[in-house]
Amino acid sequence: MQSKTKELDPILEVNNLFASIENLPILKGVTISVNPGEIHAIMGRNGCGKSTLSKIIAGHPSYKITKGEIKFTGNDIQSLEPEERAQSGIFLGFQYPIEIPGVSNLEFLRVATNARRKFLNKEELDTFDFEDLVKEKLDLVKMDSAFLSRSINQGFSGGEKKRNEILQMALLEPKIAILDETDSGLDIDALRVVASGIKKISNEQTGIILITHYQRLLDEIQPDYVHVMADGQIIKTGESDLALELEKNGYEWTDNFIKEQ
Amino acid sequence: MVSENLVKDVVTEPYKYGFVTDIETEKISKGLNEDTIRLISEKKEEPQYLLNFRINAFRKWQKMEEPNWADLGYKKIDYQDIIYYSAPKQKEKISSLDEVDPKLLETFDKLGIPLTEQKKLTNVAVDAVFDSVSIATTFRKELAEHGVIFCSISEAVKDYSNLIEKYLGSVVPSNDNYFAALNSAVFSDGSFVYIPKGVKCPMDLSSYFRINSGDSGQFERTLIIAEESSSVSYLEGCTAPMFDTNTLHAAVVELIALDDASIKYSTVQNWYAGNEEGVGGIFNFVTKRGKCLGKRSKISWSQVETGSAITWKYPSCILLGEESVGEFYSVALTNNLQQADTGTKMIHIGPRTKSTIVSKGISAGNSINSYRGLVKMGSKASGSRNYSQCDSMLIGDQAAANTFPYIQSQQPNSEIEHEASTCRISEDQLFYLQSRGIEFEEAVSMMVSGFCRDVFNQLPMEFAAEADKLLALKLEGSVG
Repeated sequence: MQSKTKELDPILEVNNLFASIENLPILKGVTISVNPGEIHAIMGRNGCGKSTLSKIIAGHPSYKITKGEIKFTGNDIQSLEPEERAQSGIFLGFQYPIEIPGVSNLEFLRVATNARRKFLNKEELDTFDFEDLVKEKLDLVKMDSAFLSRSINQGFSGGEKKRNEILQMALLEPKIAILDETDSGLDIDALRVVASGIKKISNEQTGIILITHYQRLLDEIQPDYVHVMADGQIIKTGESDLALELEKNGYEWTDNFIKEQ
Repeated sequence: MVSENLVKDVVTEPYKYGFVTDIETEKISKGLNEDTIRLISEKKEEPQYLLNFRINAFRKWQKMEEPNWADLGYKKIDYQDIIYYSAPKQKEKISSLDEVDPKLLETFDKLGIPLTEQKKLTNVAVDAVFDSVSIATTFRKELAEHGVIFCSISEAVKDYSNLIEKYLGSVVPSNDNYFAALNSAVFSDGSFVYIPKGVKCPMDLSSYFRINSGDSGQFERTLIIAEESSSVSYLEGCTAPMFDTNTLHAAVVELIALDDASIKYSTVQNWYAGNEEGVGGIFNFVTKRGKCLGKRSKISWSQVETGSAITWKYPSCILLGEESVGEFYSVALTNNLQQADTGTKMIHIGPRTKSTIVSKGISAGNSINSYRGLVKMGSKASGSRNYSQCDSMLIGDQAAANTFPYIQSQQPNSEIEHEASTCRISEDQLFYLQSRGIEFEEAVSMMVSGFCRDVFNQLPMEFAAEADKLLALKLEGSVG
């Protein structure tokens, strides 16, 4: 793959990755490399393995890697626990953020932020300093501070859950963010808020992978590369015009592509 | 699961309070008969009425059957293989703390309950009970200035005999149940509290129970009396060394609240629970009951039960006085092969009485955790209300949770509400927290704390923090 910034080492390298869940193969040789400052989009039909790829990178325990490797800033991360991956700067924005009754959102955000800060050798924040920080970040996603006192994602609307994900990303300042269908379930205004939040958080040091079905998110955030996934593989990689092509022609050709293989 | 190694590491973490104090003790020989009881009574220089109370209880106990309705699985207890009196050897009469064996003071120091003048806790008065006897009670002078009596029950028998004679056994009759009868026959020590009319007890009172011997049972007895318009908050903590045999603990606690009085009784129970294979641990068979004798009186039980191989206890309220209030807030956590059968009885007798029950059971490992509770509306309890909420949380797929609510109403003009739920900590919830950098163990503990919040809010502040820590410690390694 071509790189805009050849002199930099990639943040994330996935090499020929095979993975399965309960002996059912899902990923069948995925290769992708993300350099600092790059935005990648992964598109494809439901069930093609997009979400699985993101969960495996984050360390979900249900999936088994059968072949290949995942390197984060040059190191293989397969033996790391999910929390170690997160602390070192890998962020997964969930497609369906889960509700956790009884655990306050504010407390959760603070513990998570401090875990990351500890890794970065930054001072951990007490409740007061953290509240100042979180209020500043709330503005990025136009969230009301009332969200903080509620239980994690409990009773949140679809859009509120997604904003809460981006709020977490803003607090954790990851090196790489994999955002799994962050645009689904959002109306156009909420989509703009979320997209502008993502843009403000990312910079030349960070990498982003957007997993999406739709062009409308990519209208807001221009990807450098677009990958098309089918049957657990990346079958085509192009630049942003590839997404437009998909929008026009749909995914049917990907089925034929797999059949021919 | 990825965290398997971590899990193994922490499971093997030893019980923090499992040490044994090497101290010379005076023990009577094993076995139980009327002579044993006369010996105990004699050692304690008790008046005749108390000896009669004990002997009566013993005779009733002999005719009773050990209850098995809770369906707890345990090896039959051999009541003749237990030592019924064990006390550290000390000088006959101790007039000040300086005369207490330093080893005992050291023991309580190690447990985080310093007793000496210099180190004692500043806001809590403590009665420290070691095996069968009370070692020391702090802040007695300061409390006496307010007319508050806080001493061991043995001392109370000597010094406040009229109160003992009037109230002992008035809430839990000596033939109430098998274990209460046993306790009535052989009880050795415990705490006594008397709050005079109109006095708000200036500090929290606390008893700390320590079992040290492996072969003797502990049978403590606590009696708290709150006179008109008085109030008190009482805390209770318990630990024991690790033995591979089971030790019997059969306590009785009686509370009496007169008009407008309120008693808050909080327990953090952390008796040794046995090892992962279920070997050893305390059998905790306890009868706790409060009587709201006066109008508008209030008795509130809160408990955090994390220890013991078997827990069998139902802190209850008899709501006699009109508009009296009973409360029960409970967190019971079982892990490995622990069994807990706990709950409450709210007996509404007076009109316009109210009771609230909030029970949170958490079962991990191969444990069994049951809520068993009775709400009864008597024929005169018109306008009375009860609200019950019983929630269970399962961790892992080998643990069991049960809820047995019993409801009896003889009063159509009363309300009983019962809500129950069961949930399981899901792998996806854990992964969500982990994927934000939160350690696996902390993620579990955050979710459990969240689950228990309604109850922790009811605990005195220092206790709440301790309970939170204790739960986290107990749960380490329970999710595999």
